[in-house]
Amino acid sequence: MNHLLIFPILLPLFTGLLLLFCAKFGLPWARIISLGSATLLVALSLVLLQRAGAGMPELYALGNWQPPFGIVLVLDRLAALMLVMTALLTLFSLIYAVCGSDGPGDSLHPLVHFLLLGLNGAFLTGDIFNLFVFFEVLLLASYALLLHGGGPERARAGLHYVILNLAGSALFLISVALLYGVTGTLNMADMGQRIAALNPADLPLVHTGGLLLFLVFGLKAAIAPLYFWLPSTYAAASGPVAALFAVMTKLGVYAMVRIYSQVFGPIGGGFAEFLLPWLWPLALATLAIGVVGTLAARQLRQQIAYLVIISVGTLLLGLALNSVAALSAALYYLLHSTWICAALFLLADVVRGQRGAAADSIVQGPPLAQTGVLGLMFFIAALSVVGLPPSSGFIGKVSLMQAASTTQAMWLWPALLLSGLLTITALSRSGSTLFWRTDGETTGAGRASPLAFLAIGGLISLSLGISLLGQPVLVYTQAAAGQIFDSQSYVRALLEFQPVREAAP
Amino acid sequence: MEILMAAVIAVLTGCGIYLMLRARTFPVILGLTLLSYAVNLFIFVMGRLTTGSPAVIGSGTRYADPVPQALVLTAIVIGFAMTAFLLVLALRAKAELGNDHVDGAQVAGGTGHFDKTQLDKTPQGNIGPENDE
Repeated sequence: MNHLLIFPILLPLFTGLLLLFCAKFGLPWARIISLGSATLLVALSLVLLQRAGAGMPELYALGNWQPPFGIVLVLDRLAALMLVMTALLTLFSLIYAVCGSDGPGDSLHPLVHFLLLGLNGAFLTGDIFNLFVFFEVLLLASYALLLHGGGPERARAGLHYVILNLAGSALFLISVALLYGVTGTLNMADMGQRIAALNPADLPLVHTGGLLLFLVFGLKAAIAPLYFWLPSTYAAASGPVAALFAVMTKLGVYAMVRIYSQVFGPIGGGFAEFLLPWLWPLALATLAIGVVGTLAARQLRQQIAYLVIISVGTLLLGLALNSVAALSAALYYLLHSTWICAALFLLADVVRGQRGAAADSIVQGPPLAQTGVLGLMFFIAALSVVGLPPSSGFIGKVSLMQAASTTQAMWLWPALLLSGLLTITALSRSGSTLFWRTDGETTGAGRASPLAFLAIGGLISLSLGISLLGQPVLVYTQAAAGQIFDSQSYVRALLEFQPVREAAP
Repeated sequence: MEILMAAVIAVLTGCGIYLMLRARTFPVILGLTLLSYAVNLFIFVMGRLTTGSPAVIGSGTRYADPVPQALVLTAIVIGFAMTAFLLVLALRAKAELGNDHVDGAQVAGGTGHFDKTQLDKTPQGNIGPENDE
């Protein structure tokens, strides 16, 4: 058995614990340990990405229990891709955080690693109850991270965020219990097979469970009627935390892909087909609300939070198309939008620090101290998030449009193009106001260090990088999407799996 | 017994949701707690209702499903931790915002159902960042 699969969970766990115990040695040590571990995690995820590229999903049976009775971790192409994306995002957010925003207090670094523990676990697990547990782990870390830095605005946003997510967790548990009660298993692939062989009289219960799960993941992903918490929460969080949160909505989308392909997919009685017609209007509504919010936002951070909602709407459109090509395009877009939204949140944090009392409100204010480099970065990131040519957003949107059939294109093309146009309008308004419509003297405060620019530039160049390396990345996402649609491959891997036998004495 | 269990879960859920929709943080926390009790019972009965049978396979012809019992333990522990966290957060929000309304006090216009007499007792500066002149 290959123990490498569990390291993305163990590494953040032990780093987080170590950081808790090392608190008395002061912030410099915490920074070194935290950054070192994050770098190690990037290397580890790249190794796993390379292994997942080999083909068959790999299984790791915890405690050497025969699946489906024990808990399994599953490494397939999609999980490996999410691991790499998260590890890189965390590394750059931490680099930004060590430039000064990890104080006051010493709690940011351990919490970030506990968040990673939950995220990596949720990406790797093949067990539906375990998914719930890892969701709770990452949520608890995110509750505390959101409050990092203190202040009434964060307390108010945190209260809403925590209460909503606790209600979501209750729904998650109800649906897991329903599904277990009907199928008698918790393993995702096994559950899919059992649903296929189920007595039709029990199917309404399964459908109820499936719809409740959709509600839970929809809350995490912030889709149309369930997005209200997101703008105020993301706008209240401190810079590096908001950047890290860019991955949280994507986790909801990931969970939808995972559950609706493996549990309710073609092998699971085709329940996913029941949901598909509903995905279209939800995705379009999410997109529309995101665009309206972007146009109406009065603060830069709020505007970026609505950009996150636009990216969720676009991803849902990709899921609604329900084909390998569309899912592949959506995965590509997921990588791009996570990194670029994170970069924008970090940029907004720097901008906010340099504008004195005007903060990040989109109004006339004092000129920025580093207006040249900030403006350039904002320009590149805005081009990318809108999806104008040389950027990765362009490739993502174009491949999504190409994946649509003629009838689907009638909805998809106008929606994507119009949202792009309106986003350009909104971002050019905020960009020109923040960088050009200035008066008075610069405050001189809040100059960002070169390391902070390295972090922001790193995230932007990651996004540009997947545009330059578009071909290999798209080949990989294509293979990952193919693996998701071929849900039998995982079932085969599960059936052929043999626990390690003890050597005869 | 099935009817009784179903009724208990339904009443707990109903009370939980009612309390969760209240405007003060403490009833909301109580509501979440009641809801988590209902959920825990629900998970427990998903292993089917049996009496007097062991949760170990092989010791008799009838046995209780041990998996939901394990799940319920996990859910209880997680729910307990979350409630503790939420209590601390509610206290913190009370200290930061100067009141225990779930939205914080909204002075201009108000939220409709917010008791304004409460507002006069709190110093204006503590209510929210918009009011800091």
